[in-house]
Amino acid sequence: MRDTLRIAFRNLRRYQRRTILTSLLITAGVVSVLVFTSLSGSFKAMMIGQITDSMLGHIQIHKKGFVASIDNLPLNLTMPPKDAALVEAHLQENPMVQAWSPRVKFGAMLSNFEETTNIRLNAVDPAMELETVPLLAGRVIQGEKGPGSIQPGKILIPELLAKGMKIGVGDQVVIVATNRDGSVNGIPLVVGGILESATGPGGRDGYLHISDAKTLLRMTGNEVSEFAVRLKDFNNLESVMAQIETALSEERNQAGIPRFEVHTWEKLSPFVNIATMIDMMTVSVKVLLVFIALISVMNVMIMAVFERIREIGAISAMGTLPGRIRTLFVTEGFFLGVLGSLAGTVLSLLAVLALNIWPITFNFGRSTGLILRPSLSLSEIAFTIAVVLIVSIIASLQPAVKASRMEPIKALRHV
Amino acid sequence: MSLVSARGLVKNYRMGEIEVKAIRGVDFDIEGGSFVSFVGPSGSGKTTLLNMIGCLDAPTEGDLTVANQDVSLLDRESSARFRGETIGFIFQDFNLMPVLTAFENVEYPLMMVQNRPASERKKRVSALLDAVGMDEMKDKFPDQLSGGQKQRVAVARALVTAPRLVLADEPTANLDHATALNILKIMKDMRDNSGTTFIFSTHDPKVMAQAEVTFTLEDGTLHDSGKEGRSRA
Repeated sequence: MRDTLRIAFRNLRRYQRRTILTSLLITAGVVSVLVFTSLSGSFKAMMIGQITDSMLGHIQIHKKGFVASIDNLPLNLTMPPKDAALVEAHLQENPMVQAWSPRVKFGAMLSNFEETTNIRLNAVDPAMELETVPLLAGRVIQGEKGPGSIQPGKILIPELLAKGMKIGVGDQVVIVATNRDGSVNGIPLVVGGILESATGPGGRDGYLHISDAKTLLRMTGNEVSEFAVRLKDFNNLESVMAQIETALSEERNQAGIPRFEVHTWEKLSPFVNIATMIDMMTVSVKVLLVFIALISVMNVMIMAVFERIREIGAISAMGTLPGRIRTLFVTEGFFLGVLGSLAGTVLSLLAVLALNIWPITFNFGRSTGLILRPSLSLSEIAFTIAVVLIVSIIASLQPAVKASRMEPIKALRHV
Repeated sequence: MSLVSARGLVKNYRMGEIEVKAIRGVDFDIEGGSFVSFVGPSGSGKTTLLNMIGCLDAPTEGDLTVANQDVSLLDRESSARFRGETIGFIFQDFNLMPVLTAFENVEYPLMMVQNRPASERKKRVSALLDAVGMDEMKDKFPDQLSGGQKQRVAVARALVTAPRLVLADEPTANLDHATALNILKIMKDMRDNSGTTFIFSTHDPKVMAQAEVTFTLEDGTLHDSGKEGRSRA
């Protein structure tokens, strides 16, 4: 095999300019794929991080039917204290769960004594909430960034409402809500902070302490609208989801229907469509690379066979077996792939390094100044190289088979 | 038993609508260790006959046995194996691989056809390059060699696998007279040393004079045999 490699390499050197040009084309394709993948992957990871770590959490657990009616924030679809305790017990047992936050979600009227508007509210335990969605603190643009701004008696108001109603930190507001039984109640609260809006569901919700919500809604026990769950490792999302789902699926009501529903962030955020689009674009760029490698290698190898017909005739006459001739030409195509993919990988790593030294900043929705820090995984590099090499071999096969099937007598007569 | 034996050998091929009768039923025997030439004008069928003996082309009719092998029974793969083991080729245009040095060109059949170990290859190639007087030029590439030097490398390449038969189609056609005679002398010396049978085609009277056995072809028919040739034409 070493001899075949040597001869194949020498043959590539014979047409140096053509070899360099073809390798450059493959190199450009590899760089496009790897840099695009690293940038889009970094963008996707950042946006998923923003959404899950500042609002949604990785997984959410609700009473069956809650998500279908989530726009109404129904109080008649909260988990009763017994069910909430059951969910907490399951979460407690799961070693892959890092934190969870029980929430009561409801709609209310917000008044600053001059104007009134409606507001969506999350009633939370601030310590548990910040442990589950740690980027929430970063969204507090005015007021205390820690759990202090959601202490009993305080409320976090979304930025747009605060601007519209000219509400600032320390101002008193009144929250009026209708509870599950239809009775209306109100409580005065002090604005503990102003919350920056974020893209996605819950991005414009206000926050208050769960004990205030209980008072307002006249709840006697620990009822919960949803549990937001944070995992120790986001990559285990599917397996943990399956574990929780399996554990909770055994809990059924009298009609035999499961009492709970479990969703990953993907089912709760429209950003998943953007993520899918990014994935599709990445696949498109990869398909483009396949065609670049296929056409360029095939073109070179067809030319190589055509230009060496007499040579093929001579080695065939000398007794070189068709399989050996095939291997010789496939090896040449393979080498073209190796040259292109290696050069492409090196250039891509340099490009990614440069993008980390001089990062790209961008705005997404109302989030501004986001910094992209692309990275390349070993598996992504290995996959791209493997694709190029396999395609190079496939592209060389047709010319190689043609060479191996040449009648030596006809090939020797070729002028 | 003859090394090459032909009985009623016929080769027809088509050129468009016309059927060309290239060889019209020839009989001959060639003994092992002979130095044989097929002579005749262009188009007489010399190359066709050599191609059939070299298993590069199949007879239309008749029997052809080379080294006890009925060549009509060989398929593509076994034909290649048979050539690689039994026959060496010397081409009019040398057909050296331009990306390989003189040494590597001679080494090629041992390396890519017979898969011999590197130590054996080195020994055999060096000995043959020395025998054809190309030892000092072994690291040169074909484009750095003269026509005569290239053909000497080609002779060494044809002999390196120790074949029983070497076929040379117009081996001196692209060489000047002195160089041609020198190449023929080398071929004859190699025959003397190794016992390999040499069969070559030529239409150059001075070259054909070097042959020990001469078969004359005309319009696909063997007319007579010169010297010690045994023809049944």
